Amino acid sequence: MSWTRKHLLTIEELSLDEINQIHATASAFKKILGRNVKKVPALRGKTIVNLFLEPSTRTRMAFDMAAKRLSADVISVDAATSSTTKGETLRDTAQNIQALNADMLIIRHSASGSPLYLSRILDIPVINAGDGAHEHPTQGLLDTFTMKEHFGSLKGRKVVILGDILFSRVARSNIHALTKLGAAVTLVGPSTLVPHSFRDLGATVSHDLKTALADAEVVMLLRIQHERQSSSHFPSLGEYTSMFGLNKARAEWLHPKAIIMHPGPINRGVEIDSDLADGSRSVILEQVSNGIAVRMAVLYLCSGGIPEQAIAGA
Amino acid sequence: MSVLWITNAHIIDPASKRDEKGSLFVRNGILVASLSAAEKKSSKKIDAKGLIACPGLVDIHVHFREPGQGHKETIGTGSRAAAAGGFTTVVCMPNTSPPADNTGTIQFIKDAIERDAVIKVLPTGCITVGMKGQALAPIGSLKRAGVVAITDDGDCVQSNEVMRRAAEYAKMFNLPLMDHCQDSSMTQGSVMNEGIMSTRLGLRGWPNAAEDLIVSRNLILSKYTGAHIHLQHISSAYSVELIRLHKKEKIKVTSEATPHHIALTDEALSSYDTALKMNPPLRTEADRKAIIEGLRDGTIDCISTDHAPHTDYEKDREFDYAPNGILGLETALAVCLDILVKKNKFSLSKVIGLMTHKPAAILGLNAGTLAVGAPADICLFDPTEKWTYDAKKGFSKSVNSPWHNSSFVGKTKMTIVDGKVVYSSGKILA
Repeated sequence: MSWTRKHLLTIEELSLDEINQIHATASAFKKILGRNVKKVPALRGKTIVNLFLEPSTRTRMAFDMAAKRLSADVISVDAATSSTTKGETLRDTAQNIQALNADMLIIRHSASGSPLYLSRILDIPVINAGDGAHEHPTQGLLDTFTMKEHFGSLKGRKVVILGDILFSRVARSNIHALTKLGAAVTLVGPSTLVPHSFRDLGATVSHDLKTALADAEVVMLLRIQHERQSSSHFPSLGEYTSMFGLNKARAEWLHPKAIIMHPGPINRGVEIDSDLADGSRSVILEQVSNGIAVRMAVLYLCSGGIPEQAIAGA
Repeated sequence: MSVLWITNAHIIDPASKRDEKGSLFVRNGILVASLSAAEKKSSKKIDAKGLIACPGLVDIHVHFREPGQGHKETIGTGSRAAAAGGFTTVVCMPNTSPPADNTGTIQFIKDAIERDAVIKVLPTGCITVGMKGQALAPIGSLKRAGVVAITDDGDCVQSNEVMRRAAEYAKMFNLPLMDHCQDSSMTQGSVMNEGIMSTRLGLRGWPNAAEDLIVSRNLILSKYTGAHIHLQHISSAYSVELIRLHKKEKIKVTSEATPHHIALTDEALSSYDTALKMNPPLRTEADRKAIIEGLRDGTIDCISTDHAPHTDYEKDREFDYAPNGILGLETALAVCLDILVKKNKFSLSKVIGLMTHKPAAILGLNAGTLAVGAPADICLFDPTEKWTYDAKKGFSKSVNSPWHNSSFVGKTKMTIVDGKVVYSSGKILA
């Protein structure tokens, strides 16, 4: 089996087979990360540009780290220091990056569809590090990777995604990844943030936390963005927490072996109580660590790497 | 004296219920019943064998961008695109830079029309100063300066009170109001239809309800004031239903639909192609079908293009940042022949009516018919000719068309304005 995809733009377009290939490759790279020398020469001599036109800590650092572990040279550019502040168009910025001999472009952008747009313009691989409310494919891949580490196959597993689904690219990427992997996905939150149109993506939509959490093996919390309050999507953070915040009592409704996930950044005391975020069921920091191996796999495969070799090298 | 004789044409003039093979006679720019033998001898003769001769098409919704945005389109280039599409009369919107909210700007536009236009171009004025939805523009003076309607197209008047007063005031001058129906409080940041596709694509949605609310508002205000309100580019199925219901009360409300809203849906947006971004946005298949049925039963009165040029570099951006609007004039007839005649079994005469005397009647324009005594504004088209639209070779200054490289059946061959051939076989002759 071989990897043929040049860009990673969405999970929606990936096949189950491709998702499994990325996970297998990530698994191999994860072993390397446990060694004393955490570096392989896979992308030596290649230059990867991290173009982050929207703020990010985790994703940007994890991509940076992943590229370095593969021995690539990495240059990070953010909105504040790029010429986009001088009015340069995205096309021009990207074409200049390519002209500077970059071998791969990682893009984070607030406008949905921007990575697809760039993939049509550039000759080099484009990796989506999050576009608007559309997709965040590497997050979906690392989240499902983490779930597989805990449960093995995800077939038939009950996964609940709780919070601001409407504006979440993480939710969309996870819905696509999880449904392809055979999990049963339930989306929960206030009806203004979890519209029924999500059913079309293959998920169940619920506004009843208790029923939704009953026997769930995974609950993934999403950050409640403060600005949603002023846009009248819900009355107040306090009311949100009282209706949908995850606390100890509500966590009791979960399956005994359930894990608690969050892509970060966390609002402690809003969508999740502190003791749960730091508790034994939380895998939030595992997700962050797995982000490196998964992104190594993506960078490696999209630059033409052969999955079997990555695995053999480990 | 100039005399024109069009022979062998299949003449379709819905306004005078004419649908027959025959000749059209023109003397000094006016359609006449016949020519003398001597006149026939000296006439310019056009053999229209195999062609349909219909009234020059009328579009009551175009953006020609002058003054201020001549990089996108000018009255000269826009009118040439119109001529190439078979249009002889168009009405341009006042959302220029500065907006046409004063008589000086109207005069500027009229001067440009006089100087540059190859067809009849008529101006509209704003409803409110600067299209800000607050103070009324000098509507009476605008009327005196020659506007055929008032509209804040693109920026729907949000205040019901302002709209009510504008309607009452404009009624005094027998001036229709054209409204772009959009409750903007519900569409902040929106770039496409709200629904399954916006959910999938992660783009901010523009709900039908935001159109339905303002359509309802206008239906109510028209009934209350007796003013004529024309509802622009209807895109929502429920709006069609609301209009249908209220039209039974004989209120003075008219409405239009665009070729793109009857041909395309938001399904096409998977590609994030900015040539599919316009306002109101492409909606669902159910909406598309409802609009076609609205046109069929007369709920929607006419077709208009909302021809909205933008340069390639303005459109070549992230979807969120690209401006709204697409070209329409050079493809409208072909798209309507395909969607309405071929795919939805409208008669040819019905579709021609929707693009000629029906829109003309909405604004009381002296256009849209081949009746004796009418201006000789004529479109000759070949209903069977296959062609491919290349926006880059079109007459508009811009290329932002979703139909670039699309193949059609049915092509404008000649456009005649006041008895003068302004477009023939791919060339502007004016």
